[in-house]
Amino acid sequence: MLVLECPYCGVKAEETELSPGYEAHLKRFGPGSSDEEFESYMFARKNPKGVHFERWRHVYGCGKWFLAARCTATLEVFGTYPAQSSEPPADLVAKIKAKRPDWKGYK
Amino acid sequence: MKRYSVFAIAREAMRHHTGWERAWRSPEPKKQYDVVIVGAGGHGLATAYYLGKNFGITNVAVIEKGWLGGGNTGRNTTIIRSNYLQDPSAAIYEKARSLYETLSQDLNYNVMFSPRGLLMLAQTHHEVRGYLRTVHANALQGVATEWIEPARVKELVPIINIDGPRYPVLGALYQARGGTARHDAVAWGYARACSAMGMDIIQQCEVKGVRSEGGAVTGVDTTKGFIGTKKLGIVVAGHSGQVADMAGFRLPVEAVALQALVSEPIKPCMDVVVMANTVHGYMSQSDKGEMVIGGGTDGFNNFTQRGSFHHIEETLRALIETFPMISRLKMLRQWGGIVDMTGDRSPIISKTPLGNCFINCGWGTGGFKAIPGSGWAMAELMAKGEPGALAKDFSMWRFKEGQFIDESVAAGVAH
Ligand SMILES: Cc1cc2nc3c(=O)[nH]c(=O)nc-3n(C[C@H](O)[C@H](O)[C@H](O)COP(=O)(O)OP(=O)(O)OC[C@H]3O[C@@H](n4cnc5c(N)ncnc54)[C@H](O)[C@@H]3O)c2cc1C
Ligand SMILES: [Zn+2]
Repeated sequence: MLVLECPYCGVKAEETELSPGYEAHLKRFGPGSSDEEFESYMFARKNPKGVHFERWRHVYGCGKWFLAARCTATLEVFGTYPAQSSEPPADLVAKIKAKRPDWKGYK
Repeated sequence: MKRYSVFAIAREAMRHHTGWERAWRSPEPKKQYDVVIVGAGGHGLATAYYLGKNFGITNVAVIEKGWLGGGNTGRNTTIIRSNYLQDPSAAIYEKARSLYETLSQDLNYNVMFSPRGLLMLAQTHHEVRGYLRTVHANALQGVATEWIEPARVKELVPIINIDGPRYPVLGALYQARGGTARHDAVAWGYARACSAMGMDIIQQCEVKGVRSEGGAVTGVDTTKGFIGTKKLGIVVAGHSGQVADMAGFRLPVEAVALQALVSEPIKPCMDVVVMANTVHGYMSQSDKGEMVIGGGTDGFNNFTQRGSFHHIEETLRALIETFPMISRLKMLRQWGGIVDMTGDRSPIISKTPLGNCFINCGWGTGGFKAIPGSGWAMAELMAKGEPGALAKDFSMWRFKEGQFIDESVAAGVAH
């Protein structure tokens, strides 16, 4: 069972208290962008077998969105951080690198 | 290949079953093939089979990292139907369903196709309208389905509760020739027939890299070394994104876990398949007597073949109003598979940026029923280099072009 710590209220929330929101740090494209950009934003989501950055919502708690780094191959949660981050915090990236030396890093 | 027949059974019975041969060979890979298929699930094996049967291409290897049929093909709840709304879906699923009718004879292998009838319950007024529309569309497509009233539902499914307070049964979309088949047997039957045509099925051999030169694939690096090929077919379901990545292109596919479970075996009580899409659950009874139950997918990317327990609870909770008797059943086993979901929940049978490389994926939660039709269409695509009538709408570029297939074929509910 997945347990993620809500970075706002500090609650270690179990999966049924949360609602998943797929890929984090999406670059949004709107009117005027190319077909490729729009396709990549809408459909070509990152789908790694390994470290994945994603959105979650503490839906039955404080109700806020937050972000998490999680391994899709083992369900290990590396850490969570506020949704107001434009990329994963450096200390979290370092922590993941230490645990997964062959991880190619956040792009 | 020695044919299976009633005479073979009699002969073997007389000599203590010493004369049965292995169903398929386990050869070492050759250096080079005309076609290499990655993934020995139902879709990969069916592709190989129809390449041989329809196009005479038999210098083929099917490469599998685990054991054949050990992916979603051996993990699904085996529901077969073709009552879809849109023409491209109805065409390929009905092609598949009709091939299932004679698949046992064609393969000389009993796939236990059981067209026992399938009901999709309408439990909201919205569903009533939706299914009436589907019945009309199916009539135009030549797919035999009908709308039935609650009393007829009760007749077909005596254990059902049609006047639940939250989800009363308002009728159903009924496909009399829908049903189930034995999942392993479908994989095994195709594998045996492929092997008999001289194709190599190579198990315990993982593809680790795809080599290409000047926009064309030259072969694959595997745990058993390099294997050269003139054409490559990628048919790996949940791992499609990973293998596409090796070949250097990106797919609009995400992997999530889908679960199913079976109850303890009980006496025969339901001889049709019942799907209840509003509550996200469906049920049929296996030949062993177990109630086979499926539900929805988890909502996050997952490669573990293990789903969240609360989804099982949700599925059962939802089904209990409609099937009160299951509240007293013990559930025996539960398992998960990694399904490949596309943006419009319809499959991909397509050319790729590499000229001689083709992809078949995105069947998501509902591709068992499609195996024969998908293999048929994929074989045509690989043999001719261009998609035929069945595959043409399932291009991987439809997401860029906005040519979606407006139908949640894979629904997010297993079936
Ligand atoms: C719980 C559950 C219930 C379902 N119920 C139904 C149902 O009732 N009706 C229905 O129609 N569909 C159902 N489905 C969906 C159906 O199972 C799939 O759509 C279908 O089996 C996909 O077949 P496939 O051949 O594409 O994939 P798979 O059977 O998964 O085969 C892909 C194969 O590729 C192999 N592979 C992956 N990567 C590599 C690599 N790098 N090298 C070599 N080999 C590799 C895998 O090991 C695997 O064996 C269900 C699925 C699940 C999980
Ligand atoms: Zn919170």
